Amino acid sequence: MSDAPLLDLRNLHVGIPGRGAPLDIVRDVGFTILPGEAFGLVGESGSGKSLTALSLIRLLKKPLAVSGGEILFKGEDLRNLSDKAMRRLRGDRIAMIFQEPMTALNPLKTVGRQIAEMFVLHRGMGWGEAQKRAVDALASVHVPAPEERVRAYPFQMSGGMRQRVMIAIALACDPDLLIADEPTTALDVTVQDEVLKLIAELCSARGTAVLLISHDLGVIANMCQRVGVMYQGRLVEERDTYDLFADPRHPYTQGLLGALPRLGSRHGEAGRQRLVDIDGMIADRESLSREFCSEARNPVRDPRQRAGGGA
Amino acid sequence: MLRFTIRRLLQVIPTLLAVALLIFVIFSVVPGSFASSLMADGRTAADPEMLARLNEQFGLDKPLYLRFADYITGLARFDLGTSFRTREPVLDVINARLWASLKLAVAAMAFAIVVGVPLGFIAALRPGSLLDSVTMIGAVSGLSLPQFWLGLLLMYLFALVLGWLPSFGYGGGSWRYLILPAITLGVTPLALLARTTRAGVLEIANEDFIRTARSKGMSEARVVRWHLVRNVMVLVVTTIGLQFGSMMGQAVVIEKLFSWPGIGSLLVDSVSIRDTPVVQGTILVIVVWFLLINTLVDIVYAAIDPRIKQT
Repeated sequence: MSDAPLLDLRNLHVGIPGRGAPLDIVRDVGFTILPGEAFGLVGESGSGKSLTALSLIRLLKKPLAVSGGEILFKGEDLRNLSDKAMRRLRGDRIAMIFQEPMTALNPLKTVGRQIAEMFVLHRGMGWGEAQKRAVDALASVHVPAPEERVRAYPFQMSGGMRQRVMIAIALACDPDLLIADEPTTALDVTVQDEVLKLIAELCSARGTAVLLISHDLGVIANMCQRVGVMYQGRLVEERDTYDLFADPRHPYTQGLLGALPRLGSRHGEAGRQRLVDIDGMIADRESLSREFCSEARNPVRDPRQRAGGGA
Repeated sequence: MLRFTIRRLLQVIPTLLAVALLIFVIFSVVPGSFASSLMADGRTAADPEMLARLNEQFGLDKPLYLRFADYITGLARFDLGTSFRTREPVLDVINARLWASLKLAVAAMAFAIVVGVPLGFIAALRPGSLLDSVTMIGAVSGLSLPQFWLGLLLMYLFALVLGWLPSFGYGGGSWRYLILPAITLGVTPLALLARTTRAGVLEIANEDFIRTARSKGMSEARVVRWHLVRNVMVLVVTTIGLQFGSMMGQAVVIEKLFSWPGIGSLLVDSVSIRDTPVVQGTILVIVVWFLLINTLVDIVYAAIDPRIKQT
């Protein structure tokens, strides 16, 4: 493992280009991921985690677009790549797992065929050979009876099994970076843990770096060495996971950690302790475009700014 | 697949029986009979004695349930009765006309599919483009035009003004006579197909599995070929089936307009002289056609979509 970062994201801005002032939804986000490292990205819904991830593989949906910054992957800025070069990278070097295993697979094709596509696309294999490799890929994600399961359709599988198929697809070509966007959110709690362990096990065995996106700090703490906290389109804190839990600096991170239930604290001396919730609502895009987006919420508001008044 | 097909075909039988009963009852309670329509000259009242003799001759004096029993036993032997007017078996009368109708329906549907589906596809791939707008405006116009009026318009333009095509008639089966009625009959399904295809493509293109396909590093052409087309076909086949099935019924007006010797014009002629056996037989054929097409659609569905075979 070298010290040169695998992914170096600098000052990423994502927004809707065009008329008037550009409306940036993700602003000035930057972090690095080393080869083989697991990096977590936490934040609530709408904080820009998924947009950040999608912009890495250039799959943002119009009218959203990257409006600034650099996405250096192995030293090369992905923003400058041709579409064709980007396609070669996508799936092969950078793979992605999505949140919804129920809808992320084509309902009309067998899972084997959908895995085999990876070998046809990136390894130049014929369908017959690719189909054989798909059996191995299914076996590697611990799907029982893979020889039969390759012929199954997604509707014949449970959510957990489908997510395993997604993992098999993503890791089929041994990518350098796996982006997992809330890979367990849609699954049963019992299955969540298995799927996470599987991702961790396979990636560390293959030396694949992981960008794990979640709103669940517990998930991140289990898997990631470092973590970034996103809040309203900005990366407000980036630390070693251990340090972050021990000493959260940003008020929003403190709020997030305060909202976690703790074992044994329910029947404290002072009676039942309530979970802390984070006041207020996510700011709408209008107020996001104003300078102090954190003003929109009380506990996050900096006392100094409060004194000075604001938006 | 074979079991599915057989099961679906067997399900047609009870429907057919119910329809036969319905047709029979309706035409028995409609006022007027073949006998009275023969005698009516608009001035003198028909001779009651004569009427009674004619009714006896055609078996119309028997009670309804006996007539129905005769009818159904005849049906079981593929005997649809005898035409009051020509004294020929109804089956022969229909047989002489059926092929012209089938030819017209198939030609109209082929025209609708070959033009409508690609148009809808292209329109959807460039939503908001000029081609898209023109196609959709054309589709709405095609849906709202009365068919007989469109037929007259085409006749006027291509037969009278330009003199390229014959204005009406069968021409002994020459394809030049087929063009105008087929286009007239095909415009409505064409417009519907263009709209359904466009809506289908736009819907499927937004599915998660299309994003998955892109994240695999597929070119747009492959995304369309491997993952979009088949899913859209499920939606398009529904429209094709419904339109094709109801086409025999819709063709009644067009056949009359273009003096096309099909079962549509046979139906109109037979209704006006109360030739009940022919009317019943013709409607039965139209219904059988509809049921067969529907069954065919179900079988095609099962071939496209693996989820259907299971249930």
